[in-house]
Amino acid sequence: MSTLAIDKAGPTRKLRSMSRDRAWALRWSYFFLILFAIFFLTPPVYMLITSLKSSAEISAATNPWWVFHPTLSNYVELLTSNQFLRFFWNSSIISIVVVIVTMLISIPAAFALARMKFWGSATLATGVFLTYLIPDSLLFIPLFKMLAVIQEFTGITLLNRWYVLVFIYPTLTVPFCTWIMIGYFASIPKELDEAALIDGASWLQTLTRIFIPVALPGLIAATIFAFTVSWAQFLYPLVFTTSIDQLVLPVGITTTLIKGDVFNWGQIMTGALLGAAPPLVIYAFLMDYYIAGLTAGATKG
Amino acid sequence: MADVVVEQGRRISSARSRKGAGLRNVLGRKSTVAFFLTLPLILLIVLLVLYPAFYSLYLATLNKAMTKFVGLGNFTFLFKRETFWMVVKQSCLFAVTAVIFKALIGFIVAHFVHNIPGRKQRKWRGMLLVPWVIPPAMSTLAWLWLFDPSYSAFNYTLSFFGVGPIPWLGDTFWARFSVILVNVWYGAPFFLIMYLAALKSVPDQLYEAAAIDGANWWQKMWYVTLPMMRNIIAITTLFSLIVTFANFDIVRILTSGGPLDTTHLFATWAFQVGIQSSDIPLGACVSLFMVPILAVAAVFILRDVNKRGNEA
Repeated sequence: MSTLAIDKAGPTRKLRSMSRDRAWALRWSYFFLILFAIFFLTPPVYMLITSLKSSAEISAATNPWWVFHPTLSNYVELLTSNQFLRFFWNSSIISIVVVIVTMLISIPAAFALARMKFWGSATLATGVFLTYLIPDSLLFIPLFKMLAVIQEFTGITLLNRWYVLVFIYPTLTVPFCTWIMIGYFASIPKELDEAALIDGASWLQTLTRIFIPVALPGLIAATIFAFTVSWAQFLYPLVFTTSIDQLVLPVGITTTLIKGDVFNWGQIMTGALLGAAPPLVIYAFLMDYYIAGLTAGATKG
Repeated sequence: MADVVVEQGRRISSARSRKGAGLRNVLGRKSTVAFFLTLPLILLIVLLVLYPAFYSLYLATLNKAMTKFVGLGNFTFLFKRETFWMVVKQSCLFAVTAVIFKALIGFIVAHFVHNIPGRKQRKWRGMLLVPWVIPPAMSTLAWLWLFDPSYSAFNYTLSFFGVGPIPWLGDTFWARFSVILVNVWYGAPFFLIMYLAALKSVPDQLYEAAAIDGANWWQKMWYVTLPMMRNIIAITTLFSLIVTFANFDIVRILTSGGPLDTTHLFATWAFQVGIQSSDIPLGACVSLFMVPILAVAAVFILRDVNKRGNEA
């Protein structure tokens, strides 16, 4: 469209060569984007291809990139197996509770840190950010030992119980969510809450009536992150849970679907795809919030 | 009408109890409210992050049965082990190589996406970000299957080009290559999205001015784009360095550290030593070695973040 317009409007050689350059740049861009898209999408597509194959076809020496006899048997088998449904249930309930806990902790905290300058507020904000930088692989051993010690002294079983994860995951989600919420809250014009306070609203009313509705996009972004982080967490459940009925999806698939040295690839890929589905579905619908949150808070990569 | 009633009620209640009003005053004070609002956050950080971090230091000074204080014994023991130095080397190699490639691919792809018309960008952005959305434990399983020694889809494809079967996970070089490849695949979209956001924030006038001054593509890149993106590039790279250095999922699922411990990172080795061989003090000791590098990166990030805060 625009190239045509330029050609018609400006018959000078320079303009025409510029538009031609631009068209070529566009073509090259598409060419390389397709190459990169292939690179980025091969594993998920291959997951899908394999999940539609029977075990016989997987071990046959045919082209692995094509399904000759598509079958849904892997899906049927997994979705009717109590074990798999148990993993799915554990993952879902943990992620949902973690999201709620995260929001309950981080929204008030972010509000206080963004708006109420108090003694140590700047230090605390920095502390939140530093906490966010501490990886799970640094804390899993002391946390494991702590749970064992508490269990020893109080008699409450903490190891090998899925609900313990509900207390542990917020250490990963809360600092990040608080950090991006501080950013969102800070961007709300001061006049809004000053007016509310003058009108006699309490701090809590200001938070619930003004800040939460206005910062809703940021809240959605934080929610998506809290959910995807808890859904994807692998190290903590691997360390803290061992019985089959306590496992979450990522650990369950990697440990139970591999029987000895036999890899049942059809089912493993189906399980992996079903495990990847909830974040993918959320992302498909709320991509813009996801990306906004990603760039606002600079999450880990 | 209603206002008057409320007024009266308030006056009566305040007259009735001075003490209650005083308490309410304290509760209504800004600092008190702020304290209660941040209390859960503070408790969480202190009890579940700070305490374990220091507890880990304490654990690292115990003997295997955790009955005796051995001081720095665990550390000196590690220094004498060959595997430890291999893990140090591999962790650095893994993190640095993976981050460089992630940053490069992210930078290049961000430019291509930025080049195409705005309406179509959404679709491409959506597709290219998919690896970042799938839980790494799941996508790594797909890679494990792609790398499978007997039915490897990669080797099948390569055989058409006359390239012999590659022992993706069985040979030291290829295993190292594979874990880095998977990490690059998983992390590059994050860079892509950050760089794309940075590219969009560069004002068009700067490019127009550069074009009028006769700048070519390289000059525009070097004197306009890169300086404008410098902050985001720095911060994204440092972030990624921390996470890549502390990576666990990918190596654990792909190789479990093999062949012959050559792909172990601090995290996976700490897991093997601390949890699987139940030598908790030694495991704690191994993971503590990540702290100096994380701390250095954190200091640089914090400097950048504060700079961002001051500019805003």
